[in-house]
Amino acid sequence: MYIYDEIDQRLVDERVSQYRDQTRRFLAGKLSEDEFRALRLRNGLYIQRHAPMLRIAIPYGLLASRQLRKLAHIARTYDRGYGHFSTRQNMQFNWPQLERVPDILAELATVQMHGIQTSGNCVRNITTDHFGGVAADELIDSYVWCEVLRQWAMFHPEFSYLPRKFKIAVNGAQADRAAVKIHDVGLHAVHDANGELGFRVLVGGGLGRTPIIGSVIREFLPWQHLLTYLDAILRVYNRYGRRDNIHKARIKILVKARTPEVFAQEVESEWAHLKDGPATLIPEEIQRIEARFTRSAYAKLPATDANLEVALAADRAFRNWHLRNVVRHKVPGYAAVTLSLKKTGVPPGDVTAEQMDAIAQLADRYSFGELRVSHEQNVILADVKLSDLHALWQEAHALGLATPNIGMLTNIICCPGGDFCSLANAKSIPVAAAIQERFDDLDYLYDIGELDLNMSGCMNACGHHHVGHIGILGVDKQGAEYYQISIGGSQGNDASLGKVLGPSVSQAEVPGVIEKLIEFYLAHRVADAERFIDLVRRIGIEPFKEHVYGVRNQAAADRRRQLATA
Amino acid sequence: MAFVIRQRQIAADNWQLLKPAADGSAPALPADGDVIVPLALWRGQRADLLARSGRLGVWLDGHEDPAEIAGDLACFALVAVNFSNFGDGRGYSIGRLLRERYGYKGELRAIGTVVRDHLYYMAGCGFDSFLMRDGEDPAESLAAFGDFSDSHQATVERPLPLFRRRSGTTASGH
Repeated sequence: MYIYDEIDQRLVDERVSQYRDQTRRFLAGKLSEDEFRALRLRNGLYIQRHAPMLRIAIPYGLLASRQLRKLAHIARTYDRGYGHFSTRQNMQFNWPQLERVPDILAELATVQMHGIQTSGNCVRNITTDHFGGVAADELIDSYVWCEVLRQWAMFHPEFSYLPRKFKIAVNGAQADRAAVKIHDVGLHAVHDANGELGFRVLVGGGLGRTPIIGSVIREFLPWQHLLTYLDAILRVYNRYGRRDNIHKARIKILVKARTPEVFAQEVESEWAHLKDGPATLIPEEIQRIEARFTRSAYAKLPATDANLEVALAADRAFRNWHLRNVVRHKVPGYAAVTLSLKKTGVPPGDVTAEQMDAIAQLADRYSFGELRVSHEQNVILADVKLSDLHALWQEAHALGLATPNIGMLTNIICCPGGDFCSLANAKSIPVAAAIQERFDDLDYLYDIGELDLNMSGCMNACGHHHVGHIGILGVDKQGAEYYQISIGGSQGNDASLGKVLGPSVSQAEVPGVIEKLIEFYLAHRVADAERFIDLVRRIGIEPFKEHVYGVRNQAAADRRRQLATA
Repeated sequence: MAFVIRQRQIAADNWQLLKPAADGSAPALPADGDVIVPLALWRGQRADLLARSGRLGVWLDGHEDPAEIAGDLACFALVAVNFSNFGDGRGYSIGRLLRERYGYKGELRAIGTVVRDHLYYMAGCGFDSFLMRDGEDPAESLAAFGDFSDSHQATVERPLPLFRRRSGTTASGH
């Protein structure tokens, strides 16, 4: 965890006072609805379908147990006893009262938390790999760099009223687990030939109604220049990004209109003025921030644990969970564990106050009091001793947090959808539940293997449907809720956007379509190692399409025939 | 009533802000008095403007490029930047460019939709003069400059970012 210093704390406290005053002026009729919207949004407060929604920042997804206990307290005191982990590694409460939000923020400030820049047209929460600091393939601890960027972005005087929201992701490892290619700016740590640290800079990626994979505008940016270079990118965007049409206002539209090459040149010429200026980073600052992170005090342990091996051999359910939800750690004798918030029948990412308290306790007992929230809406205990895994599994199982489905079809990424969100065309949570029920058989699920299924209730794409191996998008069809299915999307180093399979289908038909896709996949893969996405890439979407719609049309024809002869 | 804040105080103000007519044509130029003219008028009637007796200011709209007046800054007693609506953030970059790149030292005024909640950021980008929108409260507006007691970033007011002030390093990086 990054621990605030006196100035960090003071700025967050001052933001609470400022927001309290803004709320007061709004309630007194001194601020119009429109202007208060611009102000409350940049503190994470939306007015939703039923009530306000408050989004609380979990910077780069890192959370201390005492912070999670505070979130549980807020859920109980100010909300309806639960919260929702979003795909941006934040927490959302769906039922707070507008008048009490300043009090919630004041409570959060006591545990070094806030809602700053969780919405609005400004630089949002910086996101990263949820295995930062523990992954075997990492070049740098991305959390340190995310914190450097958090400080740079917070209340940036020049970039607080951008044309549109602005999302930055940092990946510190070889494998991209931060989805850098689908962010406004993606930073991928790299070493140059001399072993110096820098970042590959991607710009203009994003989902939403115009999904685009980001373009590399600089192969190697030495770390010292990170902030001045970002200032240059943001300045070009702030001045020239479109402000006349909200749907054309993201940086990806500017980059596309100018071409990535021309945009890169503009950034370079702006940067020529800023380079080596006072915002150039210095080693002392990186060390200072590094030193403010608490570090897990790892014990010196053997790389294997005999009792673990015995438990794995004896208990099939534990073995399944270990296979799916436990990953290697760079420190011998430890592992990183994913607690699944994707139990069948529970909206993906939802967590009750009781679960929050229980997870906080697990974190204290098994993982140095820290946890991470993943963009897949699960919780990770990153520093668990191998010898503790079996006991942790038993406790997590009792809490309903041990569904062994990480990386599998039922680990659905999903936005809150039409049940909660005023933007949504269609519900997403019941559809996710129906799919999870359809694929409840674990053996079948494991046979299917690795498969990302992502779902969004509208084209804003909060559920990242474009980069799901299977993507589901809620659409409005003459007032009825329909679902458009795409396949072939992927996140990570080989990121790609899914292609639409065919005409949209009704809610009741969705699980059947997914089943058809899986059926076709299982019949045509050449080996178990060929994943669903691999098969789509090998043979294209047409055969899948024929299988789904051909059969569907056949069924419709059969029904017509039956009716005709009845 | 609209009012002006200059150097963190409510100030009397005699500047006349000239705006293009509804059809886009240049506004009429009063015979005397201090005027702030649109960029197009400066481009078209430079000699006439310099020959006038009153003081001269120019204002830029959000889409206009401050580079266009970079060579003329000595001609102006005031430069203003228009914020066309509450969320129009282009003027923040224009302010910084005028101060940091083009070295403008004179009065830099924010005009348009300028409300209390913008002031802290505008001041950070080099604005020292503000034509507040109708209906703003003078006392509340003055208090807004103190919304935050420090900032991480380099600003026009504090040219060193917090991390350099902390570490005591003033020279550039490496």
